[in-house]
Amino acid sequence: MELQILGIGILTWLVFIPILGMAAVLLIPGKNENAIRWTAAVATGIQLVLAIVIFSVFDRTKIGINEAETFQFVEHFSWITVDSVPWVGRIEITYFLGLDGLSAIMVILTSLIGLIGVISSWNIKKMVKGYFALYLLLVTGMMGVFVALDFFLFFIFWEVMLLPMYFLIGLWGGPRREYAAIKFFLYTFVGGILMLLAMLALYFSVAYTDPATGQTVHTFNMLHMMNPENYIEGGLLTGVDTTWRYVAWMALFINFAIKIPLFPFHTWLPDAHVEAPTPISVILAGILLKLGTYGLLRVNFPIFPDATQYFVTFMAILGMISIIYGALCAMAQDDFKKLIAYSSISHMGIVVLGIAALNTQGMVGGVLQMFNHGIITAVLFLSVGVLYDRTHTRGLYDFGGIANQMPKYTGVAMIGMFAGLGLPGLNGFVSELFSFLGAFEAYKWITMISVTGIIFTAGYILWTVQRVYLGERPDKLKDLKDLTPREILAFTPLIILIVFLGIYPAPAIELMNTSLSFLVEFVTN
Amino acid sequence: MIEQALHSISQFYPEIVIILTLCVIIVADLIIKSDKPVTGWIMLGGLVISGITILFQAGQNGSFFYNMVVVDPFAVFFKLLLVLAGIFVVLFSLQSKELDSYYTRKGEYYMLLSGMMLGMMLMVSSTNLLMIYIAFEVTSISSYVLVGFTKKETDSAEASTKYIIYGAVSSGIMLYGISILIGFTGATDLAAINDALQNRADIPMILNISILMILVGMGFKIAVVPFHFWAPDVYEGAPITITAILAVASKTAALGLLIRFFSVSFIDSNGLTATGIWQTIEGIHWTTLLGGMAALAMIVGNLTALRQDNIKRMLAYSSIAHAGYLLMGVVILAQEGLASIMLYLFIYLFMNLGAFYVAMLFSNSIQTESIEKYKGLGFRAPLESIAMTIFLVSLTGIPPTGGFVAKLYIFSAAISGGWIWLVTIAGITTVISLFYYIRVVKNMFFYKPESNEGIIQFDLPSKTILLILLVPILLFGIYFSPILEFAKNSVQIFGM
Repeated sequence: MELQILGIGILTWLVFIPILGMAAVLLIPGKNENAIRWTAAVATGIQLVLAIVIFSVFDRTKIGINEAETFQFVEHFSWITVDSVPWVGRIEITYFLGLDGLSAIMVILTSLIGLIGVISSWNIKKMVKGYFALYLLLVTGMMGVFVALDFFLFFIFWEVMLLPMYFLIGLWGGPRREYAAIKFFLYTFVGGILMLLAMLALYFSVAYTDPATGQTVHTFNMLHMMNPENYIEGGLLTGVDTTWRYVAWMALFINFAIKIPLFPFHTWLPDAHVEAPTPISVILAGILLKLGTYGLLRVNFPIFPDATQYFVTFMAILGMISIIYGALCAMAQDDFKKLIAYSSISHMGIVVLGIAALNTQGMVGGVLQMFNHGIITAVLFLSVGVLYDRTHTRGLYDFGGIANQMPKYTGVAMIGMFAGLGLPGLNGFVSELFSFLGAFEAYKWITMISVTGIIFTAGYILWTVQRVYLGERPDKLKDLKDLTPREILAFTPLIILIVFLGIYPAPAIELMNTSLSFLVEFVTN
Repeated sequence: MIEQALHSISQFYPEIVIILTLCVIIVADLIIKSDKPVTGWIMLGGLVISGITILFQAGQNGSFFYNMVVVDPFAVFFKLLLVLAGIFVVLFSLQSKELDSYYTRKGEYYMLLSGMMLGMMLMVSSTNLLMIYIAFEVTSISSYVLVGFTKKETDSAEASTKYIIYGAVSSGIMLYGISILIGFTGATDLAAINDALQNRADIPMILNISILMILVGMGFKIAVVPFHFWAPDVYEGAPITITAILAVASKTAALGLLIRFFSVSFIDSNGLTATGIWQTIEGIHWTTLLGGMAALAMIVGNLTALRQDNIKRMLAYSSIAHAGYLLMGVVILAQEGLASIMLYLFIYLFMNLGAFYVAMLFSNSIQTESIEKYKGLGFRAPLESIAMTIFLVSLTGIPPTGGFVAKLYIFSAAISGGWIWLVTIAGITTVISLFYYIRVVKNMFFYKPESNEGIIQFDLPSKTILLILLVPILLFGIYFSPILEFAKNSVQIFGM
């Protein structure tokens, strides 16, 4: 499957449209704030349109994962080639983009949340130009990670996200924004260095023979790294179940676990969320966290199937701890935003548990949970943002009786809350069910303990609903305005998806089923 | 004999141009009574012409003045780097208010700077121990004076004194080592020394010690731990333009010298192992020694930089750390490592000079070098602050900047050489370095300026210079084959 616009592949457009938008934003005079906002909206809007086109023409029967032929919308160009370096052979870095079932669903999520982030950024008043320029750069980085198939490219996009995020939290954030920004930066940078080292070790262990010239070519191509035949004799990571392979797996895992964030690497998340402005929280929880689990599935699982099998129970246990620990912490919060931040840790634990099951059910459940959690958590953070805009507080005990004053808003927020709780009929239920079913087949006890997390989740969500939306109205909360049309615009697509995927999840599952089934087979054999 | 000398001179144009520039500057300073910085422009012209003549030497290979000096791709690459750094530093000097407040005409400043350039260019192209020592001293003596150029500042005077004392001791030790080496091998030419060493049945310990002593001198110039103690004070006290040339050019020249000395004089060129690692002479475990020095430099440099408030001092420690990263490329003793060092030096030149330049611009306009006082500058001088951010991000090594590519190649060279522990230390210290680089960025952008502090205007030339420094960093962050090819071809000279 190939799609081109003006001779340039659709994935390149998808990734670099925001960069074009950023260039345009930088050229518009800073005073013209509305033009800047509209430019950002148009750029992310085009991205969404492209994603919808991809969704409609995507061939659901093709596998991807480790076969270059079955990836779709592939773009593969030579980027940096240095011939015959002594003893190393040819160095090759390629511009290699492609989609399979796993990345397609993430691309759709990214473009949707990207646009909603812009809509909810409309009332950012401070340094609008800088804000949207950084925002668009961030979107490019995220989209790039999801479509890159060359490890070097993957790494570049991964690191490109760092600086914009640092500034977006640090400049537009809350009172402790400096601390939160540097904490986020340091955590992710540590992970980045670990990934860099593992990537280089892989690079020197993997080489293929160029059929045309007979040269030995070292490459960053991830698909070549998945093929055991390409590992050179005596390479650091050659062989099966070697210590170095475990070390490299661990380095990559820590990097991704920091992003997910998995217990015990999670401590940056509550700080970052609390201090970040609402739209950035939405991006952070909606997309950025998914990069972690996506990375596990794209890099750790297929490149190190041996190490993955070795560590998979360990992963499941960390998932379990995250589920329960996140839920318990959420229960103890009195800051609305921090509560949702911890609930994210808990929900991402379900993803890890699901994919650690290494069976199709768990894998599909986990990836679907990534998508669903992206949608649900966006609704939740937007809800907090709406309240904060009106009352300038996030203290759970400061609210009460919101339902009477803001009926529309309460309806929307409740749907988000209950979807997060896993109420049947809403999307969270489907994916959590699949994840737990899959995990139960693999680990009975771990799953049984994890499921108790659902009870805590129900606890903190119902308690929050009671404290914020029901009950007596404190005197200082008067005349709160219900949702504005712009806010409704941001919420609508998310709510539709929550309900629709709750009743009929097939379109999402079909999209990824083929690829994920194959991935399970590939890793377990 | 005359023919040989004449032929040699024809290969010596770049250096001759510099010598002529030096003379013209002295004369011009005497004759021209204008207050305009004529001598600076003369030096700029001289450097440009010299650079062009170096370009003509590209691809040549030969030795001259009875094997005292060589012209080979390796020397050409380093001389180009040095001249480039020199051009930037002269451009900086023309704008520096710090220097202006002392002398308006600055004839001797440019004369000494030319002397330093000459010394450094000879350092990277000499193949004879005596010539190496002379080049070394020409560089040192010029730079001692330059460091104390703003002599009424106590800092500057102190820095100069410190530099002289440290410099004299270490070059004394180096000279002692050289004399032992000459005594044992009976030769001053590096290739002849190599022959002599290869033909010996055993290598006495004293010979190893003599090489260690020579390393002291080079380590001093590179500012690598444990020979770094002079660097912070000297960097802080010297005028910022001189700090820039010490941190970039002087380090580059000494590293070029170290590589040539190491790889030509006492490596067994016939004893390549299967993986392409060079065999060193027996005695001391050289790779471990260099690896240890590199690790120490990275750890000490980065950790100490964390606590600095003066931007020059912070950059001084950061340059010690960078010396550690650079040494990593030497440690593996293979061509790949050398190519990665050259790539690193090329990018390091732009990013470090860039950081110094912005620091100088800020010091010109708000008279401070304190990082704490940078608060709010992001709003008062947005373009310069963004440029500074890019330079610092590149120094940290975050993509998509040139600094990342440089680090990537050094790291990958070390990994392919099997130096996992060293790369791990490099990785950890890179994370540490993020902290102090980003602190500058944080101070510039995360604080509002005081109400009485308005926008700072910078003139067009300074913006142009910034742009010239920025472009390679951003360009080579995305596409770096050409410079890598060039560096790779330049190291072929060692014949392996």
